Amino acid sequence: MMEANHPQERILSIQNLVIQFTLRGQVLKAIRDISLDLYKGESLAIVGESGSGKSVLVKSIMGLLDKNGYIDQGQILYNDMDLAGFKTEEDWLKIRGKEIAMVTQDPMTSLNPLKTIGKQIEECVVLHQGLKGKEAYHVTLKLLTDVGIYDVEKRYKQYPHEFSGGMRQRIVIAIALACNPKILICDEPTTALDVTIQAQILQLLKNLQKKYGLTTVYITHDLGVVAKVADRIAVMYAGDIIEVGKAHEVFFDGKHPYTWALISSLPQLGSKGEQLFSIKGTPPNLFKEIKGDAFAPRNQYALKIDFVERPPFFKVSDTHYARTWLLDPRSPKVELPEALLAFFEEGRSYANEQ
Amino acid sequence: MNSREKLIEVKNLKVVFGKGKNKFVAINDVSFDIYKGETFSLVGESGSGKTTIGRAIMRINEVSDGQILFHGKPINGRIPKVWDREITQKIQMIFQDPMASLNERAKVDYIISEGLANTKNYKNEADRQQKIRNALLNVGLLPEFASRFPHEFSGGQRQRIGIARALVMEPEFIIADEPISALDVSIRAQVLNLLSSLQEENNLTYLFIAHDLSIVRFISDRTAVIYKGNIVELAETEKLFSNPIHPYTRTLLSAVPEPNPYKERGKIVEIYDPTQHQYDTHPPSFMEVEKGHFVLANEEEIERYRTTKKMGVS
Repeated sequence: MMEANHPQERILSIQNLVIQFTLRGQVLKAIRDISLDLYKGESLAIVGESGSGKSVLVKSIMGLLDKNGYIDQGQILYNDMDLAGFKTEEDWLKIRGKEIAMVTQDPMTSLNPLKTIGKQIEECVVLHQGLKGKEAYHVTLKLLTDVGIYDVEKRYKQYPHEFSGGMRQRIVIAIALACNPKILICDEPTTALDVTIQAQILQLLKNLQKKYGLTTVYITHDLGVVAKVADRIAVMYAGDIIEVGKAHEVFFDGKHPYTWALISSLPQLGSKGEQLFSIKGTPPNLFKEIKGDAFAPRNQYALKIDFVERPPFFKVSDTHYARTWLLDPRSPKVELPEALLAFFEEGRSYANEQ
Repeated sequence: MNSREKLIEVKNLKVVFGKGKNKFVAINDVSFDIYKGETFSLVGESGSGKTTIGRAIMRINEVSDGQILFHGKPINGRIPKVWDREITQKIQMIFQDPMASLNERAKVDYIISEGLANTKNYKNEADRQQKIRNALLNVGLLPEFASRFPHEFSGGQRQRIGIARALVMEPEFIIADEPISALDVSIRAQVLNLLSSLQEENNLTYLFIAHDLSIVRFISDRTAVIYKGNIVELAETEKLFSNPIHPYTRTLLSAVPEPNPYKERGKIVEIYDPTQHQYDTHPPSFMEVEKGHFVLANEEEIERYRTTKKMGVS
């Protein structure tokens, strides 16, 4: 099943991207030399803590970086265009919405409270699909139905405050779809929602992905959500992608110690009455130059070289790469904690069942 | 749960907001006990009333009907001033959002000692400073932090300050209202560990309010599921997770995404339809299905639940 929706046609390619911010006279390196390909029709999840740069990365794809942020080097290739070279808003308007659309985190703040939701969706239909009047109205109603809203003619005339959080998120999704995008970026689409609503919205997004033939990028820190939606996972830490692979590869055959640490701190892996695994220390200060592996100071498996030289991507399989010196043939074998091994074991056992 | 001494008893609690046409029953006839030394969790969606119960015990929300007992004595209504003082000190709360729950304009020193000052629970200035020192050390912060402002700290550190503020009062019972949902994954584990080690050291009892069921399963001894102001199911946590009986509990459990892509892909999320109950003609009551496992159901349903018991979700 997973192989079927993983064709190898690249739709977007990020190459050696470096993004910096100037803050109070200092330079902060938010994205440190990232390369990432996005394949047509897949859904990719970018996982990381806050401050790891996952939002900055997707904002750069949409041209939504804050004023003090800029692309220092690298390319973002889409349809023979280099988005990294875009300077003006006019350039970006060709991409934003039309080609790449975004669903943001908080549906409470992303809608205009003074306009009916119908008008807000129709606005996009008119602008991006070039429809007018009756036609635009009908497309809007169809979009509302598609995102699972009933009684659409009445709902069209209502204001955002008349909707619940889950319903508002559906409307935000409808607005994103109104632009007919090829790529849909979902930035923590469900963190502000309840679990039951979250399940519905994620299911909706999956259905829409199929229906509209979208390529989706999820940004999240919830590994449960990732497991539900992602074909591939990219794990970010301190502005760098440290591991990328298919969902099951990263979950059950993770290679980078940070991936291990993220999984180990899941409460599902803890046993009652004992201390849960927690990552010591704090993420590095990105104002300073990072030497070696950024995770090394917090990493119990760190080697000497981790503090000196940045590890390259080691290939684990055709689709699975990890940036850790532990994969170097010269490095010593490490013993993983039992809870983690048990988790890997259990997970892989499901693979055989399918 | 070493001893079965009841610390908190909530009896037929009812909380109503508004009057007349705008009347809204937030909590409808809820009863449960919390034993000394245990962690009791309340789970439910937003708007289900879980926070309202916590706030009613904190005496922030007024109780419309029913009783709340602490150590067997009522804490709402007309009570002696001394007892009132004691409750204020013994019951403390940890809030959800560490960014919003600390006074931005006060130093950590003041934030932590405000409760002490209000209850005059220190002998002299040196004693006060010593107490703050200890509270900070207990939550894994440095005593020097006392002279800083909240904005100088990260989210995890701020939550620790919030915990220190509760601890300094030497409470017996702490209400933790979604204490980790605003924190990052890696920080969550740290704060969870802190809460459980503090529980052991200080013999605390927790009421843990949350919507993240994986954390509830890890931390709590007993769990109550609340839906629209009613507790629909209450049991020991493992029992509740391995054998959920009420359809709403089952929906809630099935909605939690598990960190396993294989499992998640095949999973069908159940949807709870409250119209499946015939509660107009056969009103439900809170009944014990097996020892310590309570479900809100009517006679006919309880029969069905008893026969089809053991239908765990995972």
